[in-house]
Amino acid sequence: MKDLFAVIMLSGIYGLLSASFFVAMDAVDVAFTEASVGAGISTLLMLVAITMTGRTEHPVRHKPVLALAVVIVTGSLLIYGTLDMPYFGSAQAPVHQHVAPRYINDSMQEVGVPNIVTSVLASYRGFDTFGEVVVIFTAGMGVLALLSVVRRPRDVDDVASLNKSMHEEHLILRIVAKILIPFILLFALYVQFHGDYGPGGGFQAGVIFAAAIILYTMIFGMSTARRVINQSLIQLFAAIGVLVYGSVGVISLLDGKHFLDYSALSADPVAGQHLGILLIELGVGITVASVMIIIFFNFAGRQNDQQNKENNES
Amino acid sequence: MILGLYNYWIVVVLMMIGFYIVIAHGNLIKKIVGLSIFQTSVFIFYISMAKVDSGTAPILAEGIKQYSNPLPHVLILTAIVVGIATTALGLALAVRIKEAYGSIEEEEIQEKDNLDC
Repeated sequence: MKDLFAVIMLSGIYGLLSASFFVAMDAVDVAFTEASVGAGISTLLMLVAITMTGRTEHPVRHKPVLALAVVIVTGSLLIYGTLDMPYFGSAQAPVHQHVAPRYINDSMQEVGVPNIVTSVLASYRGFDTFGEVVVIFTAGMGVLALLSVVRRPRDVDDVASLNKSMHEEHLILRIVAKILIPFILLFALYVQFHGDYGPGGGFQAGVIFAAAIILYTMIFGMSTARRVINQSLIQLFAAIGVLVYGSVGVISLLDGKHFLDYSALSADPVAGQHLGILLIELGVGITVASVMIIIFFNFAGRQNDQQNKENNES
Repeated sequence: MILGLYNYWIVVVLMMIGFYIVIAHGNLIKKIVGLSIFQTSVFIFYISMAKVDSGTAPILAEGIKQYSNPLPHVLILTAIVVGIATTALGLALAVRIKEAYGSIEEEEIQEKDNLDC
């Protein structure tokens, strides 16, 4: 397929399909994340990227036979490797024997949170999650370093005039978005704070929150969105999220416990766990939402700049 | 029953589709799409390992004996969000390459580099 637009739409559908596949596999938290990320944000970002890089692919001149041969050899080696693997759905598989029984049997007494995924994510493996949040933060800073543009004041008028036509043309879109956005934001907050009891948590909530802001930006234009959400404020928020997470860890260190040992937060260990999980999920949610917004703003801001440049040249 | 391994074969096929896109296509955006398919195949690999027959989603409730393994879910949940962040970084690089070289086709970029030398 040479049309990249079709490729990206198909990959969005693929993301949604794999989300339903994850539901079938009992991984509801993962499906939640994949549906909002794979079918939502990643499709959007790729679409914004192809508006800047061109929509069609050039025909391939070299022969794909060599690549096909490499792929087939690697694939058959991998399939040969699977012959020793445990069967699908087997409860005796080694992966279920190691630490998983402890998480399933003891997490209610130790952490007191019904959603085991949340208690493993935020409590047992909190240090890993801290690393992941730092990676997301770093990726956001990388995009910022690569794409950030210095705003020139005269651009604002151009964008504003662009928005006016946008407002007149898409009346239905505008009204529907106005109705939907508060509910999306509310739902994001629900997912954030209900993550202990049902599927959800900081990662999903952050992505959904960012999706609402991105919807707003797409419909009302960059300059309106910039007026609502200050770019430097959102960068500050991305850092604050990581800071909240890290400082929870440091508090338990100061109390003579291990890093991210939440029993330091309260006299009752289980109450401490609740508080700790709430705080670090909040940190995760803030960082993820701000980083996604930063990434989108930078892509879209770059695109606006390119359009303005072309308009000025012609 | 060797057919009980079919989940791994689906993963291998998906992974090879992604791998093929990465090595056979010169367009950088397509390469990124290929990488994300490759990435999803790894997600499916982990999640399918976590599945236990007659198990349910790992949210504790009364009257349920068998749960699926929660640990791979945790790993993949964070990996998806990290994946989108790194994909965005890749797309940002592609945009900058387009600005610097005027193209995102691998061959044209290499030609320009050779001319410069």
